[in-house]
Amino acid sequence: MVTTTIPGVAAEESTEAPRQITTRVGPSDHVFRLIARAGGAAVLLIMLLVGCFLLYRGSTALQVAGWSFFTTEAWDPDSNNFGVAALLVGTVLVAMVALSFAVPLAIGTALYISEYAPGRLQRTLVSLVDLMAAVPSVVYGLLGAYLLEGKVIYLARWLSTWLGWIPIFRVDGVDPRDPLATMSVYTSSTFIAGMVVAMMVTPIISSVMREVFSQAPVGEREGAYALGATKWGMIRAVVLPFGRGGMIGGTMLGLGRALGETIAVYMIITPVFEIKWQVLQNGGISVSALIAQQYGEASDFGLSALMAAGLALFLMTLVVNFIASTIIVRSRSGAESEA
Amino acid sequence: MTGLTKTETRTTVPTPPERPAAEWRRVVRGSGEREFFPVLAAAAAAVGFTVLLFNQLAPLSGILGMIVVGYLSFVAFYTVLVAYENPGPAVRARVVSVIVHSLAFVLVSALVLVVAYVLFRGWDALHHLNFITQDMSSAGPLDPVTVGGILHAAVGTLEQIAICLAITVPAGVICAVFLSEFPGPFSRFVRTIVEAMTALPSIVAGLFIYLSVILIFGRWAQENLPERWQWLAIGKSGFAASLALSIMTLPIIVRAADVVLRLVPGHLREASLALGASHWQTVWRVVLPTARSGLTTAVILGTARGIGETSPVLLTAGFATNFNANPFSGWQVSLPLFTFDAVKSPEPLMVARGFGSGAALMLLVLFLFALARFVGGRGAGNLSKRQLRRRMVASYRDARRFADRERSRATTVVPDSPPVPRSDSEDGHV
Repeated sequence: MVTTTIPGVAAEESTEAPRQITTRVGPSDHVFRLIARAGGAAVLLIMLLVGCFLLYRGSTALQVAGWSFFTTEAWDPDSNNFGVAALLVGTVLVAMVALSFAVPLAIGTALYISEYAPGRLQRTLVSLVDLMAAVPSVVYGLLGAYLLEGKVIYLARWLSTWLGWIPIFRVDGVDPRDPLATMSVYTSSTFIAGMVVAMMVTPIISSVMREVFSQAPVGEREGAYALGATKWGMIRAVVLPFGRGGMIGGTMLGLGRALGETIAVYMIITPVFEIKWQVLQNGGISVSALIAQQYGEASDFGLSALMAAGLALFLMTLVVNFIASTIIVRSRSGAESEA
Repeated sequence: MTGLTKTETRTTVPTPPERPAAEWRRVVRGSGEREFFPVLAAAAAAVGFTVLLFNQLAPLSGILGMIVVGYLSFVAFYTVLVAYENPGPAVRARVVSVIVHSLAFVLVSALVLVVAYVLFRGWDALHHLNFITQDMSSAGPLDPVTVGGILHAAVGTLEQIAICLAITVPAGVICAVFLSEFPGPFSRFVRTIVEAMTALPSIVAGLFIYLSVILIFGRWAQENLPERWQWLAIGKSGFAASLALSIMTLPIIVRAADVVLRLVPGHLREASLALGASHWQTVWRVVLPTARSGLTTAVILGTARGIGETSPVLLTAGFATNFNANPFSGWQVSLPLFTFDAVKSPEPLMVARGFGSGAALMLLVLFLFALARFVGGRGAGNLSKRQLRRRMVASYRDARRFADRERSRATTVVPDSPPVPRSDSEDGHV
């Protein structure tokens, strides 16, 4: 132990009182503060206005419907028989189908970009994935309605034939042994809509995951290699545990986006107002597709009911996004990146 | 350190053994042929197996099923081939590597598929000049694509996004500056609310404007306002659509700009304050210029998102077939809305028009995206080559000025002259 002593300082009694530091705020700073605060307050006001308006208008419908709003499977506000049970289930089913395609794809792409791709290709791929996130949803809808629909029905038939014993893959009213059976029962299904939504959310999930994977500490990577790990061994021991928070958070972020997707779902799905677990079969519904479909003919009360449905969707998305950001920030990788 | 040992020890290095003359440097990177040939062989085997299975052995059909079966058999063949020569962990690593490569390939090919398919189907309509110089007022659904076009939709899109940007960019950037420059409980609250609003589904933003601005306020204004204030009662119009787009993009832009501003290094800010600049000067001269490229990227990406949104516009803009350049009155259509409406039509010619406008929209977004990459993509404080050169020239100029002044002071030294005021050396360069 060596103690450093600086002669003279400790011995000398400091006679001076600490200087008072004051900030003089000039006129330009006053104006700047005023404008910045006003800007912040204005944005806050707009956002609160939207939220309160949703709550206020939606509550009129909620008061009329009561708790049956969450259990009714029909949508007929003018005869007071409406509820979001089928809508929420349909929305979640579309999102789940989307995630079941998007998550493996996103993990694979993120791992490829951060671990396998050579440097130059890496940057190109990052741009391509970001570009994919920027392609308008109506364009994905075009692809889904005109190209995928015709191809996916064969996959759907195959799935329902061989995996039909699983309830969600069952398709009613068709005999798989009948070669002349119509294929139209497989069109416009939740499954196809989910595939299209998957194309939209994969880049979002993937870019969060890539960001997190690439932050895995070099020291630990090299440690794994030095202990004789193969590349996959290193990824499994270092990269994936490090990025777990980001993987979950990114998935939830994609889920939030998938829940709110309107146009692509509306373009593909045939609306039915019942809880329908069979994802391969024609027909399904989501909250946003319902709003897009019904707002035009709705009465004042009907609009309130739509608002209530929109509010339910918003709250669901909000909870999902909130959980996502909490997980990202709490995880090891997130704590370092957000600092 | 010094107190550890008193005895002096000396490190002895053993004499290195004679290096064998013919030692090859081992290649540890890159894929040699030993990694490449199994892939090729497995691919050939998988193609053969799948074709045989689908044509001769089993009653299977469908191109998608063929691809799936082919891929699975490829992975199986590859595993077997690799397992001949390698121990277990190496086999697993190889197989995972192949799967990861193919997943990335699937994603990229999905993007290529989207772009190529829409361009291919849209080309029929898009390559006629009238498609971008005419509107749909003279063309019915049965008219050939040589009549009518999407000029009205393109103008609508541009006007709506311009109004949206005029609202969101100043508000968004000011709010982001507020969030990053005035930390405290209030700004934390604002940040939480803004982040919550990024979860607002776009259709709900449209529904909000439809209900509040168009129905409630519009009706109230029509009944209660005098004649010369009637223009305030905007019905479905381009302006209402851009309000809905603003509600949707504002939180996105605020959040992105906030992230960019928080990345500005603290020492730049402190240096500016230490030089005596006021808070406002620091923000205007240091923080914002440093974050300029990131802010531009945030705005452009927000724009791309807003341009492509259909659902808010669907509820608020109405649908018009004629040219309407006035966003404040009358219905106005936009590119995504036109696409959406046209492809719902049973007429193949209308569908062709829909694909044409979808392709035009996609090209617009691609252009914006390329612009964003060109302008931005640099972190805060990272300069391009030209900016670096400009800074260097400025520094040289300052150095020369200082040297000149030193020299002139040395030559014209007068004993009783007042000292040169030091404050004349201020300059804007950071």
